[in-house]
Amino acid sequence: MFGRLTIDALPFYSWIAEAGAMVVVGGAVVSFLLVTYLKAWKTLWFDWFLSVDHKRIGIMYLVLTLIMFLRGVVEGVMMRAQQAVALNSDGYLPPMHFEQLFSTHGTIMIFFVVMPFLTGLINLIVPQQIGARDVAYPFLNSLSFWLTAAGGALVMVSLVIGQFSRAGWTGYPPYSGLQYSPNEGVDYWIWSLMISGIGTTLSGINFIVTIIRNRCPGMTWMRMPMFTWTAFCASILIAFAFPALTVVAAQLALDRLLGFHFFTNGDGGNMMMYANLIWIWGHPEVYILILPAFGVFSEVVATFSRKRLFGYDYLVYATACIALLSFTVWLHHFFTMGSSANVNAAFGIATMIIAVPTGVKIFDWLFTMYRGRIEFPPAMLFTVGFMVTFVIGGVTGVLLAMPPADYLMHNSVFLVAHFHNMLIPGALFGYLAGMNYWFPKAFGFKLDQKWGVRCFWLLISGFYLAFMPLYVLGFMGMSRRMEHYANPEWQPYLIVAAFGAALILASVACLVIQILVSIRNRDALRDETGDPWNGRTLEWATSSPAAPYNFAVIPEVSDLDAFHSQKMEAKAYQRPQAYEDIVMPKPSVLGIVLGGLGFIIAFAIVWHIWWLAVAGLAGAAACVIYRSCDDDTDFVIPAEEVARIEAAHLERLTPERQHDMRIYQPSAHAAEPVLEGGRS
Amino acid sequence: MSHSASASAALAHEETHALESRDFGFWLYLMTDAIIFALLFATYAVLSGNTAAGPSGRDVFDLAHVAGETALLLVSSITFGVASLFLKVDRARPAVLWLGITLLLGLWFLVMELSEFSGMIAEGAGPQTSGFLTAFFTLIGTHGLHVAVGCLGILVMMGQILVKGGTAPVRSRLNRLGMFWHFLDIVWIGIFSVVYLPAVL
Amino acid sequence: MEKVSLPGLQRYLTGFVLAVLLTAIPFAAVALQLLSSGAALALIAVCAVIQVIVHLYYFLHIDFKSTPTANMFFLIFAAILIFLMVGGSLWIMSDLHHRMM
Repeated sequence: MFGRLTIDALPFYSWIAEAGAMVVVGGAVVSFLLVTYLKAWKTLWFDWFLSVDHKRIGIMYLVLTLIMFLRGVVEGVMMRAQQAVALNSDGYLPPMHFEQLFSTHGTIMIFFVVMPFLTGLINLIVPQQIGARDVAYPFLNSLSFWLTAAGGALVMVSLVIGQFSRAGWTGYPPYSGLQYSPNEGVDYWIWSLMISGIGTTLSGINFIVTIIRNRCPGMTWMRMPMFTWTAFCASILIAFAFPALTVVAAQLALDRLLGFHFFTNGDGGNMMMYANLIWIWGHPEVYILILPAFGVFSEVVATFSRKRLFGYDYLVYATACIALLSFTVWLHHFFTMGSSANVNAAFGIATMIIAVPTGVKIFDWLFTMYRGRIEFPPAMLFTVGFMVTFVIGGVTGVLLAMPPADYLMHNSVFLVAHFHNMLIPGALFGYLAGMNYWFPKAFGFKLDQKWGVRCFWLLISGFYLAFMPLYVLGFMGMSRRMEHYANPEWQPYLIVAAFGAALILASVACLVIQILVSIRNRDALRDETGDPWNGRTLEWATSSPAAPYNFAVIPEVSDLDAFHSQKMEAKAYQRPQAYEDIVMPKPSVLGIVLGGLGFIIAFAIVWHIWWLAVAGLAGAAACVIYRSCDDDTDFVIPAEEVARIEAAHLERLTPERQHDMRIYQPSAHAAEPVLEGGRS
Repeated sequence: MSHSASASAALAHEETHALESRDFGFWLYLMTDAIIFALLFATYAVLSGNTAAGPSGRDVFDLAHVAGETALLLVSSITFGVASLFLKVDRARPAVLWLGITLLLGLWFLVMELSEFSGMIAEGAGPQTSGFLTAFFTLIGTHGLHVAVGCLGILVMMGQILVKGGTAPVRSRLNRLGMFWHFLDIVWIGIFSVVYLPAVL
Repeated sequence: MEKVSLPGLQRYLTGFVLAVLLTAIPFAAVALQLLSSGAALALIAVCAVIQVIVHLYYFLHIDFKSTPTANMFFLIFAAILIFLMVGGSLWIMSDLHHRMM
């Protein structure tokens, strides 16, 4: 009846497992009570869970991100604390827990923090940047979110029922195979990636189509804002790389469920094919995580330097180059597999070539700042912090790209330091900058700056303290993923690293406080105009938060930095002659239903409850068929209603609230002309 | 409602745009599916020599059987084309008839494939036997699974045409299902050229 | 059934005849063992590539005139990626295979 799910799956075997389960269950109960206390169930269900509005879906992605981020950070701190004390002792974490921690930490941070963070920001902003009313497939967008959330929920449930994988976030066989990992852990890992991966692939396709087909008139390719460009390239990478993850995860699942021999030791399996396939996905994935952050930095640096982005064309070409090259370097993740010198050299050289377009970008941002009127709100602090820190990570990456050097550093904590050095500044700083920058667009009030600055300084100093020692430890020969060790020379460095991790934890506390303080002071922080930063791109032309349809009249653009030009020519905020009816997609219950069925199917397969898996699959098929027969998916917002919403917005847009654009007039500048970028 | 005329014009315009977007998005989906099949082919190529003392392709493949399956898929491509041409000139009943023929051909293909699979398993050449057979069953099975989903789609489309007639959304859906069906035929070209023919050479 | 003119039928039928030919040739070559195995493999590959193009043109109506640029772009992009992924995998794995021998 319940497959291999028995009462023993409950976490009563150790206090750590119990504590983890209590936090999850407690969190769920508190959320439930809070929503009930606020009498918000109806709003939550109808206005949010069923919504197909890209802005609301974006916000739900951000909420998912924050929840998963808290867990991921705590796990990182727990591992640092263990290594700080585990010299010639067992520390406080048994190996079983330590191994699950490094597996969940990586899985969560990549799939359920950075991925939803960037998808959320893309959802929130890209349709508004391209002057569109919604994405190409609003319902699919809701489905993508709920499938991602179902994957996250599966990881959370693994804290309460059973255990998670101990095979690391890449799940290499044969260790992740049936023979060495017979319990449900690896299955939890596989199926949480599978269902969230389907959601991610669908949103990749959705945003490719949105950006190609829903741009407003006049927005040619070379007038698209940089964040939209990076979102476009990242979406292409998602659509064409995630199939590889689907294939390799399905193959591992077949090995584990049906006794196939893709990656087994004997009977003609080849586990090296697993490494090959997962990194065909894995390397483009790195650029999926980082490219949209590059887009955020480009927007932020132009806005707060009060200058047009320097070398926009080169940033576009560099982004496209990186996207294509990212498919040609995957072998550098397994140089030590034993390929011949020719193979390793080819992939090593391809890897080093990627550093070139990335370097181009850094210079473009620096020249954008050069002689600009720079302001330093948290978003800009994160951007500058990124530029300095990311270059260090890039240099260590070029080191690792050399196969002979990689043989020394492979699987050492040098590698751990390297990829945290890429992803913390490259992705986390980027999306935190994006959150600080676009928060008013989502919620109608700005984030508190004081706590944002504190968060930044604690995060960047915590980062340096936590990961610079790991570079040294890597050279001293410390392997990654050690639960305890016997070399006393390592311990001082590990204690410093643990201290750094504590600072990172403090910075996350600041982030949470920043959000809470901002909610409390929302009236003082209110953004009445929709354009709190004197922005340059179209998303600032809408009200904050934007109306359901974003733009009452679809804008026409004739320039990069379309909104900036409108303001310069005093053409912004014009009242049209008349408003028209606007067609918008209807909310749908099927997104959350299909997400729920996805969760049930995955959970049933993990625990071998076959009847439930079949029932879930049949239900999902019925939902899809029902949706495919539904011709009535749109509704109309009448022109009178549009006129009312717009009038209320324009009323708040008093002239004194609008930005003074005279600072951009040549007379206001210094005598010498400002460097204006390589664009004619 | 007073604005119903302008509202329905707006709805119609939105529908045309949305249907075109769906065609393009479906094409993208097919490209991503092509990547899935490409990687399954790559896996097969890597594992095809790993027979682990079990049977090889020459021992278990029957060329005549494969030729029959190929013929069924090829003919079904034509019958699907005819069905979609009929719907284009607004003749719903012949369209449904030709879709029905396509469905029968698809089901017949599935029966042949299942009989091949069950025969192999009975001979002790199941997917658990060796890396080669694992890769074989996964590649061919994935294609078969797609054909089964396509058959379900044909059934749904037959119902939609009978109930709704050849409306714009229905035609657009049939067009996409056609893309899917023809795409599966292209994958099958890869299967007999990479899996079956070289093995019995 | 009465006669109706179906515009576009010609294209499907032409495609069908070509596809049948391009399928029959490699099957016959293998069944009758007319060629050395190297030549037969080359023939199979050539026929397969041509037949894929035949299907794309005659059944999926892909051509350089009527197909939207974006569709064509992603078709070619997918072909390049398939070449990179499959070619790369085979290169890597066969290289490894020879070194393990």
